[in-house]
Order: sequence, then C-alpha cells, then structure tokens
Amino acid sequence: MTVTIGDFFRETANWAFLAIAIPTLLAGWRTVTSNNIVRAVLYLVISLAGSAALFFMLGAEFVGWTVVLVYIGAVIILFLIGIMITRAPLGQEAELSHPRSVRAPAALLSTVMFGVITWAMVDAFGSNAIEPFEPTVTSDLSFLIFDRFVIPFEVVSFVLLAALIGGIALARKDDGEGQR
Amino acid sequence: MTIVQFLIVSAALFSFGLYGVITRRNAVLVLASVELMLAAVNINFVAFDVYLGDTTHAGQIFSLFIIALAAAEVGIGIAIILMIYRNRQSANVDELDSMKG
Repeated sequence: MTVTIGDFFRETANWAFLAIAIPTLLAGWRTVTSNNIVRAVLYLVISLAGSAALFFMLGAEFVGWTVVLVYIGAVIILFLIGIMITRAPLGQEAELSHPRSVRAPAALLSTVMFGVITWAMVDAFGSNAIEPFEPTVTSDLSFLIFDRFVIPFEVVSFVLLAALIGGIALARKDDGEGQR
Repeated sequence: MTIVQFLIVSAALFSFGLYGVITRRNAVLVLASVELMLAAVNINFVAFDVYLGDTTHAGQIFSLFIIALAAAEVGIGIAIILMIYRNRQSANVDELDSMKG
C-alpha cells in the first residue's frame, strides 16, 4: 500500500497531526535559537506539550500524562530555578549562543543528521500505516511494570534516589565555607 | 496515518536538540537542549511500540524510564551548574577551560 501526498491530506487525523507537529517543531526551534533565556525555557514547555499531544494521538495516554506531570510540572520549574539562581543574563541582548563560526558547522551537522535519519526511516518504513485507534490501557502497563519489568523499575527508582541525594549533597553549602 | 510522519517529527526535534547542545553557551540551556533530544527519543519509542502492536509495551515502559532518568539528570545537572556558578561566578560552558592544555 502506498500513500501519496493527496492521501495524506485526505485523512482527517493527519490534519490534527499537523496542527500538533508544526507548533512542536517551531517551539523546538525557538528553544535552541531564542536570545531570551526565560523564553527559551518557556518554548521548551510548548515543545514538550506537543510531544505529550503526539503521545495522546498514538494512544499512549499514561506516557503523555507522565510527560505533562514530570516535564512540564517539575523539570521546567528546576530549569527556571536554575536560571534564577545562576543569575543568568535576562536581557534581550544577552550572548546565549556561540558566535556564527560555531553555529554554521553545528547547523550543517544537525541538517546532515536530520537528512540521514529521515532517509533511513523513509527507506525502511516507507508508507507503512500505523493504527493507534485503541488507547493503551493503563492497568496493562502497570501490570507489566510490576511483573515483567520490575527489576529495571527498582533500578530506576534507586538511580532517582541516588541522584536526588547527590543533588542535595552537591548543592548545599559546606559548613566551613561560610558566606561568600 | 503512517509511522514515518512521527519519525520525521522526532528526527527534526532531535536535530534541533543537537544544534542547541553545540551552540548554546549557557549551561542551563544546554540541559534544555538535551531534554529536547530525549523527548524526540520518547516519540520514537512510543511510535514503534504502537506500530509493532507490542503486547509487552516495552516501548512505552522504556519511555517512562527515560522520563525518570531525565528528571534525575536535570536534578544533578542543575546542582552541578549551581556549584560551578558558586566557584566561577559564571554558568557559561566556554569559560570553564581550566583543564585546557
């Protein structure tokens, strides 16, 4: 079965897909190019919300809501606190990116990366259809996590615990240091 | 819908993240670009999970693990940036050159 451009626009779900994907990509682009550090992080919110919406389209509701809670709810707050604590330059004229001599090779590299990945994916999967019309049941997911994937789950929870304790240990001031 | 459209969005987001990691000077924004790359990887995992109709849902569970690890990474990363800022009064990655020969 081959899908042409006309078939792509005839399917209603693809319009919803475009309505999600285009803002996601624009916000992702502004995240890495914006000259205002707070705006860059807030564009990251839009981009992550778009990825959560793509998960909903694919029927992965639990993963989508986890992205909303963990990324948009917690990680973004950490970023904003990090910006405020390090007194990053908040003005419009701040030099947040490297000069053009670094940006041009980086743009070339990432364009080549995009081209190679896209070529490989189109070559391998062509126009294979995806049918996400029945959402993943969250209880199935939880049975799998606590049955088949229970050891990786425990390992991840210990990694998280160690990381958070390490974060506290790194960020607190030593007693002998005093105020500087 | 085809699977390729999700993979192309994911590839574009990953390339943006790569561009950001290389070009950003501020360490917090480098971390934000890494988050963009991880989000792209998650889209790939979930898309392939749905495409293959996997009954063990390994793709979705792996993307949950990635989300947890990304949260841990940001927690540690912000703490390290905070320490660097305290010692060097700067969070720009190009000024951290004391190990440069």
